Parts: sequence; structure tokens; C-alpha cells
Amino acid sequence: MTSRAKAGAAAEKPAPHRATQITVRKAEAGHLAHVIDLDARVTGVSKPDYWRDVFERYATRRTSERFFLIAEAISGPGERPVLGYIVGEVRAWEFGSAPCGWVFAFSVDPRTRLQGIGEGLFEAISEKFRQAGIRTMRTMVARSNALHMAFFRSEGMTAGPYIQLEKDLD
Amino acid sequence: MKLQVSSRLAILAVLELATDPERQMSVSEIGVLYGVSAHHLAKVMHTLGRANLVRSIRGVGGGYSFSGNARRTTLLDIISLFEDISPGRDELDASTEASAAGEALKQVLDEIDDIARATLGAITIATMLKQMARQAGNPSGKPAAATA
Repeated sequence: MTSRAKAGAAAEKPAPHRATQITVRKAEAGHLAHVIDLDARVTGVSKPDYWRDVFERYATRRTSERFFLIAEAISGPGERPVLGYIVGEVRAWEFGSAPCGWVFAFSVDPRTRLQGIGEGLFEAISEKFRQAGIRTMRTMVARSNALHMAFFRSEGMTAGPYIQLEKDLD
Repeated sequence: MKLQVSSRLAILAVLELATDPERQMSVSEIGVLYGVSAHHLAKVMHTLGRANLVRSIRGVGGGYSFSGNARRTTLLDIISLFEDISPGRDELDASTEASAAGEALKQVLDEIDDIARATLGAITIATMLKQMARQAGNPSGKPAAATA
């Protein structure tokens, strides 16, 4: 989490949210504002254009191999808050890899963590990949992101056969 | 990557005890399980006790039980009790870092160290127990005994 996000979270001091029942389903247009808000709260960076593009590409096109899922609370009538999201797609032959499922966006509302929401999202997208005939799932985690690293490890993910390399272009 | 014997014994002992936090095991029982001397293991268990990862119960039928938080304790937490795997500098580093070759080598080794620490710091005892449970169906059963 960035220092800006930490400062924002500290100033906001949101009340803890106890979700009693969760459902994971395909993201719809009405969820987009909540996703943008959740991402901005967690990362400290608001990216509405990015998320509108992600929604258009992953929630409306090639939906047999692209998955934009949200977790929402079933907490009575009225608006159901989005408690988390996971986005991924089947990618084939990149870096010489046979088709596999890539998860590239994942977040759970900090106020509702440790309630199985992350696990629910992860299992839901895993099942989507299985239904698409995929048997390997991959993601990439910043070395400094201990939270995501620990979560994906706890779900059985281990280091894959690739190493991410990079270079500064000055 | 090679860890010191004490670090590996500590992880094995914690995993053994964390599998059933209600169970108590003596140093001798753990030692027999992994083929190590009770004397060496006693020192390891004492260090784990000071870190509140295990609890010592004295008397007949006593032993050690797991007292840590499996979801919050990482392999790096345990290893750090017995050895320092942070990037260190020795005499050779001091005399070579000023050179281009020394600096280039340091960057590669630091990269490996960073990955190792990130990996060990991300794997909790709970995650290891899950992995052990997934492996439970394999013919070898429990992990192979460590050698002293």
C-alpha cells in the first residue's frame, strides 16, 4: 500500500464491515464505480479511464476466456456493496507458454478482509479457467507486496518457470 | 539455497507441532522423528520458546506444543531467530565493491537475496500446513527426516 493510501485510510477510519453472505459473479456496468472507488482506496491512485477500459475489454468481449468477477455482500434489500474483485484472462503462447490463465487484478476491501472473500474470488476465477480448459494459473506480484504474495501462496501458488526482467529506459 | 541446520530443524519442529496445536511432543520424540540429537534440538526449542512460537509444558507427559499464530508466522520469521540472511558485507565485499566487477557481482547476488527473502517472508506456517495436506496423498507420506 502506498504511503498516500495509508494516510488516506488513517484519516478515513472506516467502520469495520461484517459481510454475512457473499456472492461472486460477473461484473456489470453498475459495479464499475465501486471497483474504481475500491481500487483508489487501496492503491491511493484513482484510475477511472483504466477501469472503464478493463471493463469494456474483459467484461463485455470474449467472455468465454476473459473474466471480470466481483464479490458482493448479500445483506438485504438495496444496494449491495462490492467487497472485492478479480480480473483475469486466458493467454496463449506469450513468452512461449501454452495457454494458461492469468490473474492481473485482485483486491478485497480492507474493511472486510479475513472473511474468505479473497478465497471466494480466487476459487471462482480458478473454476472459470478450468471450464475454459485451462490447467495452469499464473499471476505476478511485486516483491514488496507481502499481502498479495502471502495470499497467493496460501492458495497454493508457487514460483513458476519464468522470471520477470526489466530495464530502465533513459 | 542452504539454510543452517538449526533453522531447518526449527521450521520442521514448528510444522510438526503446528499440525496439531493441542498435541505435546518431547524433544526426544521430535528428535527421533527427524533423526537428530535431542541435545541440538533442545537448544532450537529453547529459542523457539523465547520467541513464543512453542510452549514448554514441564513434568510427566510434558513437552512442547505450538503457541504461535500459524497465519502470521512466516518461514523468514523462524529463520531470522537462528541466522541473518539480510544482505551482509564481509571483508571481500569491502575490498571489491569499488571495482566494476565487484559492483556487478554484488547486484546479482543482492537480486538473489531479495527474491529469497521475499519468498521466505511470504510463506506462512499455515501455508506450509496446506501444502503438507496437499502432499498427504503421495506415497512418501511425511517429509523425509532431516540429518544432523
